Amino acid sequence: MNRIDHLFQNKKSRILSVFFTAGFPGLNDTVPIIELLEKNGVDLIEIGIPFSDPTADGPDIQHSNDEALKNGMSLELLFSQLEGIREKVSLPLILMGYFNPVMQFGVERFCRKCRETGIDGVILPDLPPWEYDRQYKAYFEGNGLHNILLITPQTSDERIREADRQTGGFLYMVSSSSTTGAGKEVSDFQTEYFERVRRLNPDHPRLIGFGISNRATFENACQYASGAIIGSAFIRALQEPGTPEEKVGRFVRQILPSV
Amino acid sequence: MKYTIDQFGYYGEFGGAWIPEMMYANISELLTRYLEIMESPGFSQEFDSLLKDYVGRPSPLYYASRLSERYGSHLYLKREDLNHTGSHKLNNTIGQILLAQRLGKTRIIAETGAGQHGLATATVCALKGLQCVVYMGATDIARQEPNVRKMRMLGAEVVPVNSGNKTLKDATNEAMRDWINHPEDTHYIIGSVVGPHPYPDMVARFQSVISAEIRKQLLEKTGSELPTRLIACVGGGSNAAGTFYHFLEEEQVELIGVEAAGRGVDSGETAATLAVGSPGVLHAARTMLMQNSDGQITEPYSISAGLDYPGIGPLHAHLFKTGRAKYLNATDRETLEAAHLLTRLEGIIPALESAHALAALDKIPMKPDEVNVVCLSGRGDKDMAAYLEYFGY
Ligand SMILES: Cc1ncc(COP(=O)(O)O)c(C=O)c1O
Repeated sequence: MNRIDHLFQNKKSRILSVFFTAGFPGLNDTVPIIELLEKNGVDLIEIGIPFSDPTADGPDIQHSNDEALKNGMSLELLFSQLEGIREKVSLPLILMGYFNPVMQFGVERFCRKCRETGIDGVILPDLPPWEYDRQYKAYFEGNGLHNILLITPQTSDERIREADRQTGGFLYMVSSSSTTGAGKEVSDFQTEYFERVRRLNPDHPRLIGFGISNRATFENACQYASGAIIGSAFIRALQEPGTPEEKVGRFVRQILPSV
Repeated sequence: MKYTIDQFGYYGEFGGAWIPEMMYANISELLTRYLEIMESPGFSQEFDSLLKDYVGRPSPLYYASRLSERYGSHLYLKREDLNHTGSHKLNNTIGQILLAQRLGKTRIIAETGAGQHGLATATVCALKGLQCVVYMGATDIARQEPNVRKMRMLGAEVVPVNSGNKTLKDATNEAMRDWINHPEDTHYIIGSVVGPHPYPDMVARFQSVISAEIRKQLLEKTGSELPTRLIACVGGGSNAAGTFYHFLEEEQVELIGVEAAGRGVDSGETAATLAVGSPGVLHAARTMLMQNSDGQITEPYSISAGLDYPGIGPLHAHLFKTGRAKYLNATDRETLEAAHLLTRLEGIIPALESAHALAALDKIPMKPDEVNVVCLSGRGDKDMAAYLEYFGY
C-alpha cells in the first residue's frame, strides 16, 4: 500500500507534515534533515525541488530555492541523494515543486525514478489537473505515485468535489489565497471555507497548508482537517544557529507538545 | 486558422494555462468572459473611440525615403512611437482596463521591463481612477528612470523587485505572486502576448489594430494591402503579434521577428530565446525558454530592458516551429548603430527595442521593388541615457 494511504488509515488527526527545500541550507543536508524529521515525530515530508522562478512562493521559500540552486542542487542530484532512503526512513515522502524541472527531466522517467527511490506522492501546483489528465496520468498511476491536488478558498464546491475525485492520498487545502509563508491571520472568511469543505465531506482526508507556523496555527488547522503542513516556518528555523539536530528538534517541539 | 488558439488555448504545441489552483478563479473568470466582453457593442465603441481620440490612432504609416534609399528597397515605418505614452503598449492597456472595469475589478497590477508597459498601465489607471501597482526589476528602475518618474506622477506605486537579475522575468514573478495574494479585487494587465491562456490571444487581439491599419494604409499608398515583408522586434512579442496578426493567413507575406542578441547569441549574455532556447513551462505557459538541462531558467541579458526576457509568447514559438515566421537577432552594438542611422536619416530617435528591428535590415536581402514594413514600436526618450553614454554627445 502507498505509505500516504497507510498513514491516513492509521492516523486520523494531528498529522504534521513538514516541507523543506532539497539542498538547503547545505547541499548535503537533504537526507539528514529527512532522518531528523522522522526521528522527531513528523508524520509526512514534502521535499521541495528547487526552481529558479517559484511564482507561488513567498520570500522564505524563494530564498531557500535560490540558496539550494547556488549550492548546486538539481533534480538529478536529488534522486542520487535519495538513493537508499528507504533503508533509513519509513514515513511517506512527497516531492513538491514546479513543473519545468520535471518536464526537462522527463515526466515518465521522473515517475519511474520516484518509484525506484520510494517516493509516494508528488505535488506540482503548476501542473493543472486538465494537463495531468491529458498527458501524464498513466505515468503516475503506472508507478503507484499519488498526484496530490490543491484547493483554495476560491475553489467552488463543484471543483472541490472534482478535486476529491482526482486527487491521490489527500486534499491539500491552501488556507488562504496567498503565496507560501504569507502568515495572514485566520479570518472569518477562512473559517467559513474550512467549514464549507468539512460540510462537503470529501472522501479524501485533508491537510491544511500555507500560513501554518506555530502551535496555535497548527492546532487551529487540526480542528478542520487531519493535520497541517508547515513550510516557511521550518525554512526559517533551519537558518537559526545550532546543529541540524538542535534546529529540527527545537522546531518540532514548538509545534507538538511532546513526542 | 492554423495560427489561432485551439480549445485548450494552444498554438500547436505551445500555450495553455499552467496555473496553480490559487490563480484558477481569476483565470477562469477571464477565460469565460473576455470574448463576450470584447465583442459586446459598448466595448468596441469605447475601445475604438479611445484609440482614436486618446491614443491618437491610426498611427501613421510613414514612407522613410532616405532609409529606403540606403537599403535599396521600399521601407515603411509603422509609427507606434507616435502613440500617446510613446509605444504600442497603450493599445493593450486601453483594452484591458475596459475589460477590468467590466469584470468589476478595482485594483490593477502590472509588470514592466522598459517601463513602457508600466507607463501605459499607470496612464489608463489615471484615466479610469483605478489603483495601480507596477512591479519593476531594480536593474530596470535604474536604466529606465524617466519612465519610473512618469509612473509615479501618474499615481502608480512602483515596486522594486530584487530577485534574479532584477529585470522583466523577476518583475513578472512578483506580479503573479501579487495576483495570487489578491484573488478577488485585482486584474493583472500583462504587457505582452505571454502568460497563461487567454492572455496571449487577448493581448494579440488588442494589438491587432496595428496590422488592421497597415493593410488599409498600404492599400492607399501602394495599391495593395499586402507588403513583401513585415519586420518587428520581439520581447514577449506583442508588437510583432499585432504587426503580423492580419497577415498570418497571407502566406506570401514574409514575417520577420527580431530578438535581442545582447552581446551575441553564443556569448552567454543574450535574450535571443528562439536562438538558444528549448520548450518548457514558465509564467504559466508552455513555450520556448532559455534554460539549463535541469529546467532552471537562464538569466537573460540585453541592453534593451523591454527585450530582456528569457521566454517568448507561445504564438511566436509556434510561428517559429512551423516556419511561418523567421526570427533573426541583433546585438546591442548593432542596435545602437541602427538607432543612430534612423536618427540621422529620418530625424526619428527610436526606442532601443524598436531599434533591434531596424538593425535586422542589414541582415535581410531586399530587392528594389519590394515593400517592407518595420514596426517602430516606441520612441527613444526613455533611452537617452544609453544613447548618450554610447555616442558621447
Ligand atoms: C517600445 C517597445 N517595443 C517593444 C517592446 C517589447 O515588447 P513586445 O515584444 O511585447 O512588443 C517593449 C517592451 O517594453 C517596448 O517598450
